[in-house]
Amino acid sequence: MISLAGRDILHAWGKFVFTGVGLGLLIGVTLSMAGIYRGMVDDAEVLLDNSGADLWVVQKDTLGPYAESSSLYDDLYRGILTLPGVERAANVTYLTMQVGSGERERRAMVVGVVPGGPGEPGQPDTLVAGRHITRGHYEAVADLMTGFRVGERVRIRRNLYTVVGLTRRTVSSGGDPMVFVPLKDAQEAQFLKDNDAIVHQRRRTEANPALNRPGVPGVLEAVLASQSVNPAVNAVLVRLSPGADPDRVAADIRRWKRLQVYTRAEMQEILQAKLIATSARQIGMFLVILAVVSAAIVAFIIYTLTLGKIREIAVLKLIGTRNRTIAGMILQQALGLGLIGFVVGKTAATFWAPIFPKYVLLLPGDAARGFVIVMVICALASLLAIRAALRVDPAEAIGG
Amino acid sequence: MAERPAPRPLGSAGVSPASGQDARATGIRIEGLRKRYGSGDTAVDALKGVDMAVAPGEVVGLIGPSGSGKSTLLKCLGAIIEPSAGRMTLGTQTIYEDGWRIPDLRALRRDKIGFVFQAPYLIPFLDVTDNVALLPMLAGRPNAEARQRAHELLGALDVAHRAAAMPSQLSGGEQQRVAIARALINRPPVILADEPTAPLDSQRALAVIGILNRMAQQYQTAIIVVTHDEKIIPTFRRIYQIRDGRTHEEAGEGRALD
Ligand SMILES: Nc1ncnc2c1ncn2[C@@H]1O[C@H](COP(=O)(O)OP(=O)(O)OP(=O)(O)O)[C@@H](O)[C@H]1O
Ligand SMILES: [Mg+2]
Repeated sequence: MISLAGRDILHAWGKFVFTGVGLGLLIGVTLSMAGIYRGMVDDAEVLLDNSGADLWVVQKDTLGPYAESSSLYDDLYRGILTLPGVERAANVTYLTMQVGSGERERRAMVVGVVPGGPGEPGQPDTLVAGRHITRGHYEAVADLMTGFRVGERVRIRRNLYTVVGLTRRTVSSGGDPMVFVPLKDAQEAQFLKDNDAIVHQRRRTEANPALNRPGVPGVLEAVLASQSVNPAVNAVLVRLSPGADPDRVAADIRRWKRLQVYTRAEMQEILQAKLIATSARQIGMFLVILAVVSAAIVAFIIYTLTLGKIREIAVLKLIGTRNRTIAGMILQQALGLGLIGFVVGKTAATFWAPIFPKYVLLLPGDAARGFVIVMVICALASLLAIRAALRVDPAEAIGG
Repeated sequence: MAERPAPRPLGSAGVSPASGQDARATGIRIEGLRKRYGSGDTAVDALKGVDMAVAPGEVVGLIGPSGSGKSTLLKCLGAIIEPSAGRMTLGTQTIYEDGWRIPDLRALRRDKIGFVFQAPYLIPFLDVTDNVALLPMLAGRPNAEARQRAHELLGALDVAHRAAAMPSQLSGGEQQRVAIARALINRPPVILADEPTAPLDSQRALAVIGILNRMAQQYQTAIIVVTHDEKIIPTFRRIYQIRDGRTHEEAGEGRALD
């Protein structure tokens, strides 16, 4: 047996490779889009993993701390610690802001954690360099993606922090790298007003006769002091004792403390449904459009190539070649084009994935699915050309 | 075509009327063949009762003015279009008698009929050998065997030295010889040639006719050549002149070929 399709491809390989590469770049974009979606899901997943929490305690009626802002008093965790089934509980704050180093600024999610090292909820689990935050102030652990180095001094608001450790794959659900700082510093950074605002507030407080009564010293000072500290955190991260039922403990906290509590499964649902869903639909739209465009390209190319061979096809039919052989030739060419395209696309996607600013996760399963879809699209796209070829009248070879 | 010699009476030429033998022994024969295109007011009777018989080993010419029905007759003979009435036999096998008598016309074309066209129409992406060997290879014969047979034919047609070339690298005459080899590969009892010499100069045209004659002898093939070509008409021993849908048999000059 002889493969007509293969021989045609070898003969016109330039044309095939050229269109195959074009198609391949399109397929590469498609695979990358899927990878961006997977990366987002994975970012959300590692966000939850990295928090080290089994339960998230947040302000009542909010979807905090990742999907909505949430504010809790920073001594609530003490009460939570006393409940049965709770092993550890730690305050945490999250705030996306600019972190500077010299001239450079980097957008990052600043996480305020209770110093103490691994095991404490909120603390990064493993470091790739350096050590954990041990001092209560002005130390930071940064994700590798920030580009910061151990020993580097970085600026958050008005304070300088020394980077003492580096982590990896600690990102916000938006893909921003995390910078961990001591909780107290983070609270201050969240709350910090500029000097003018402080001066204005002071002046107004001093001018308030109720707070500045003659003969009652100390009241004004106390009020001013309370205005300059921030007793709020965004959430309390709870680690359960082994064997504790998350739903039971969550129900207890809700009942006793009248707070909102989310389990891991609920948190995952919130991230997926509230934060990722729209982007996922957006990407889904892109995937559909790219699939249609790829199909149109393959159909057009194969159709043109077939029209260029009408005479040969008429001759083949005249001398007794079966329709099946001719249809097979066209189908195989379409599949061949798809194969070239897929190989180019997969290579391109793998090559350029690390250059993307956000995490692009290329799953082998997605590639396999993509391959099947490319092949199906190519097969469908060849139908038009096959129909044209089967309609060719063998008498055309003889002419008038 | 006015200068051709006067028609000789029928019967002296080598039509073998034998029956009960195989196609190679009796060639192709058609009787009272009619073809009507369309129906009603716009119907065209392209063939109005054509009789023709070509013996194995014989090369006959089929000539006639434009619109006389040459191509129509060739398409009927080649089982590409269906006649409207009459009878066609190939050897002892009746292939048409008021309807097709065999189910698989494609197989008939593949196994029993070779085609040579005005242009060679070689498959551009196959080399010369595979162009010739294509049919048996597609039919599932071992590639080596098919190519071996192709080489023998290419040798017989003096193009063996171009066996590895692509069609685009051949001259017009070489391409036409490869096309003839392709038509011969399945050793068909009949070859239909449609203006095979039209694009060739007189020397090459005569060479192609010489080859067809030699192949007819060598493989005992009945060959029908449709032509307008004044250069080659004198080479036929027997000519069918078709006029207004009917054939008239004439003796040709049968001029010797070197
Ligand atoms: N498909 C068709 N439908 C209707 N009429 C046709 C068709 N094909 C041919 N005819 C008519 O049949 C007649 C014979 O045509 P045919 O093509 O056989 O002539 P020809 O001898 O090959 O002419 P030429 O030398 O110009 O090629 C012509 O009158 C033509 O118009
Ligand atoms: Mg014609």
